[in-house]
Order: sequence, then structure tokens, then C-alpha cells
Amino acid sequence: MIREFFTKKKQAITIPSADAKNDVPEGIMTKCPDCKQIILTKDLIKTAKVCPKCDHHFKMTAWERVECLFDENTFKSMDDHLKSENPLNFPSYTEKIASDSEKTGLNEAVLTGIGKIGGNEVGVAIMDSHFRMGSMGSVVGEKITRAVEKATELRIPLLIFSASGGARMQEGILSLMQMAKTSVALKRHSDQGLLFISIMTYPTTGGVSASFASVGDVNIAEPKALIGFAGRRVIEQTVREKLPSDFQTAEFQLEHGQLDAVVHRGEMKETLTKIIRLHVKEANLHE
Amino acid sequence: MSKPLAFEEPIIKLRDKINELEEFTSTSDVDLSGEIENLKMRLKNLEEEIYGNMEPWDRVQVARHPQRPTSLEYINELFEDFIELHGDRVFGDDAAVVGGIALFENTPVTIIGQQRGRDTKENVKRNFGMPHPEGYRKALRLMKQAEKFQRPIICLIDTKGAYPGKAAEERGQSEAIARNLVEMAGLKVPVISIVIGEGASGGALAIGIANHFLMLENSWCSVISPEGAASILWRDASLAKQMAEAMKITAPHLKEMGIIDDIIPEVMGGAHRDLKKQSEFLRQSIRQSLERFKGMDGNSLVEDRYMKYRGLGVFSE
Repeated sequence: MIREFFTKKKQAITIPSADAKNDVPEGIMTKCPDCKQIILTKDLIKTAKVCPKCDHHFKMTAWERVECLFDENTFKSMDDHLKSENPLNFPSYTEKIASDSEKTGLNEAVLTGIGKIGGNEVGVAIMDSHFRMGSMGSVVGEKITRAVEKATELRIPLLIFSASGGARMQEGILSLMQMAKTSVALKRHSDQGLLFISIMTYPTTGGVSASFASVGDVNIAEPKALIGFAGRRVIEQTVREKLPSDFQTAEFQLEHGQLDAVVHRGEMKETLTKIIRLHVKEANLHE
Repeated sequence: MSKPLAFEEPIIKLRDKINELEEFTSTSDVDLSGEIENLKMRLKNLEEEIYGNMEPWDRVQVARHPQRPTSLEYINELFEDFIELHGDRVFGDDAAVVGGIALFENTPVTIIGQQRGRDTKENVKRNFGMPHPEGYRKALRLMKQAEKFQRPIICLIDTKGAYPGKAAEERGQSEAIARNLVEMAGLKVPVISIVIGEGASGGALAIGIANHFLMLENSWCSVISPEGAASILWRDASLAKQMAEAMKITAPHLKEMGIIDDIIPEVMGGAHRDLKKQSEFLRQSIRQSLERFKGMDGNSLVEDRYMKYRGLGVFSE
């Protein structure tokens, strides 16, 4: 009896109220959307934002990725000054960009730069889904292209962490053309015999999945990441059937031959270091 | 006579009236030839006014006209000795993409086109011109073949988008499109891409990394269909007409924005009104483009394509 009493009380403390379910307690505590476990946020940061109970990979900001990937104090960002315009004059687009910029501290949905991973210098682009769902407009395309060109110029490997819902609708045809722009730049990088590793995280869909994200020399993904071309609802409407729950997950893509590996976030840095080293060695052998 | 579109109605009404009067004149003693001449003048003016001032949504309707010429019809008119080549050598043959080799004014070229059907039965076979991964992989295979044999490549774009189906996802729709973008960037032969009808999303771009990117006057090209954009951004697909204007998807808009190299004119009222004449317009354009890149070496062609796409985007520093 007494035990039951205590259990109940405990539940009353740990279960957040209905309207605060999703983001409470932001700050001190975080709730795992998968297993509903309440985790101390500072513990979550220690595990690179992976749920200690069920391995759910939480969304990460671009800077959090920098923190857990790069050798200390080696990352230098670039092109933080580029700003999106509103080329088609879409109502409230400018305001939305400004507000996401303030919220994330980024100028756009991708952070780019140069840094060292396991002692090896790499060019990197890290998309951030907290900024307009990581969608790709002119600035995202330009920043990624410049990062690719920088890596080509320095003759270093390139890593792109994708996290994007696809093309930025508000920039119309210009966003479509970013797929072309990043692709022509990647071709040059590739023609120089340089390594490109694509890392797909939740979510990698639409125009991002249908351009740079899918053409790494090595394609890897985080567990359970959503990866696909068309949205689930669109496909369900087209084929008039319910899709299996694992459809378009990283594991599904691995099974269908679209990925080289699914890599747990805790092993990401080690895995990337290993792949990069194998390519450095090869280059030295040829010299 | 093809089915009239809403914006053409005043023209159709007037034309019907003229026909009526002509018929009446021929069967009665009353001479109305003066009046008929007058009306014919008015018709000419009206046509010029309406067809000369088409709104974006009017053009979308023309681009989707059931009788609008498809890739195979143009191929038939423009090229000689066309031999269709099938299959991606991996999975299958996608009927939504046709391709092959032919002569264009005595020069061997490779042609690739997205292929809609002209009726329901053919549309089912062609999947309404919406390719699967094997369609894009077939296109890439034929492009690589063209490169080997130093043939220019001509791509005809006409799709509502890559097919959003289960099997397409399972076979790597994303990868197929992405691979084409990267590989087309490196082709060492001239590539001319022409939007002949609809050109939506990565599904259109996957055969569109070209040295010259052209559009027929009444075609449209965008990141997504106006209906799709309206349902995503405004949560109402019925606002497609307004979205067609807002998104700047027509040839004149895209020329103004520097996205396309040129507009290929259409016969008055749309390409479907006169296939032969329309094909002549296309022929002239293709001839000019091929002339422009003739003799350019492979690396210069790749560089030219790089510079073309490298500069696209609107932002401030």
C-alpha cells in the first residue's frame, strides 16, 4: 500500500502536463520522443544527444556536431556573412529567416568550415534542421558549394552532414538550381581524386537527398534517420497503400543498397577518422 | 480542332460566329462578306491580344494540353534514322524516358526525352511521363555512350516530376537523380536541354545539366508544380493559379532571372496547333546551339557548364 502510494506520487512528478508534453522540461530535463524517458539534459550532452535508454538519436544543432566531432579548437567556420534574399517576394519569408537566424545563431541552414578530425584536415558542411527544416535555398547552396571548392583547392577530404527536408520552396527555381550548383562543384572535387563522405541524418529528403547527399564515395547514415526522395504521405496517396513503418529509414536504405553503413553517433568520429586515414594512406602510396 | 482552354474562349466564340456567317452566306442570297472580313480582322486582333498576353496560369494550361506534342513526336519531325535504345542494364526499361541515336541535319546525336502518353492507355504505359530510377539510369547510360562516340546530347524535358512511388524509393530514386546531376556535369560533349512541356523538380533537372538550357515559350519549369507549392506553402492546392504567378515558373520569367539561355517561340496559341511549324522553331534553335558548341573541346564544355550553374543563386554578402 505504502509502496503504491509512493509510486503514484513519483509518477505525478515526472509526467509533464499534456500541453507541455513535447518540449518540457526544456533546459534541465529532456524527454526522449521514442521511449519517453526523462533525461537530464547535461547527461544527454555527454552521450552526444543519444538516449541512454533506447539509443534514440536526438536532433543536433550544427554546433553540437562540431563539438562532438572535431579535434578541440580546430574548427573554423566560413561564409557566416552570407544572407538570404527574398527573390520571389514571398510574404513573411524574410521574417522567418530572421527569426530562425536569431533562434539558431546561424546565418542559414548550414554551417561550413575547415577542421581536423583525428588529426586530419577536412572541409565540412553541417546542415541544421532547426533552421527552416534545413531546407536548401540560395545561401545553403552557395555555402556548400564554397566549402566543396575550398576542399578542392586545399586537396582535402569533404564531409557533408545532411539534415534537410529538401529544396526551399520560397526560392522557387533558384532552390532547384542549388542542386545543380553543388553537383558541378562536387564533380570537380571528385575528379581531383578527393574523398567525399556523405553522412545522412534525420531527415535527408527531397532535393538534398536527390543531390549531394546521395553521391558520397562513402554514404553513411545515423540509425533510424529518415532518408528518401518523396514524402511518405505523397507516396501513400500515389500507391494507395499503407507503407511499412521502417520505410525510408537508414536501415531500410542499407537493406536496399543505398548506404555503405549505418553508424551509431557514439562511433561516428572513430569511423570517419578510420575512413579518412585509409584514403590518406592510399594517396601517400601513390606519391 | 483541339479543346479550347478557358482563357481562349472569346477567340473560340468569335471564330464560331465567323464560321456560322460563312455558312449562312454560302447557302443564302445575302452577301455578308464585308461583315465577315470585319470580324476576321477582329479575330486576328483578339488572337494577338490574348495569345500575346498570356498569364502564367494560361501557359501552364497550354503546357498541359492533352494534344501538346510529346518527345517522340518532335523526335520524329526533327531527326532522321532514329533508333530507340532501351534499358538501364540494371533493372529494366522505363517507358517514361525514351532515348536513342539519330541524325540531326546529318550529324549523329543522342536524344533523350521524357515521354508522356497522348491517351489514358498510353499514359498508363508511360506512367504519365514520371520516370522511375531505371529511366534516369537509362538516360545516363545513353549519355555516357554519346560521350564515348563524341555525339552531342539533346534532352527533351517534359515531366511533372520523378515518380513518387514505393518501388521508385526502393530502387534509389534519389541516388539516380543525384548521380545524373554529377555525371552530366562532367560530360565532355555538348548537352542541350529543352523544356518542351512541364519541368518539375529534380525529376526534370536530372536530364537538365546542360551547356544550353532552353524552354519552349509556353512550357514551365520549377522546383515543384504550382499545385504542390500551393498545398505546402499555403495549405491549399486550389491556389495553384496564384502560385504559378508568385513562383515565376514561365519561360519569360526564367529568362529574365538568367536561369535559362533562351526561349524557343511557339506557334500562336500553343505548340499543339501546328506540330510541323513548331518543329521548325525547335530545329532552328537546336541548330544554333549545336553550332555554338561545335569544335569546343571536352574540358571547355565541362568548364562552360560549371560556370553556368556556379553562378545561380540570389543572396547578399
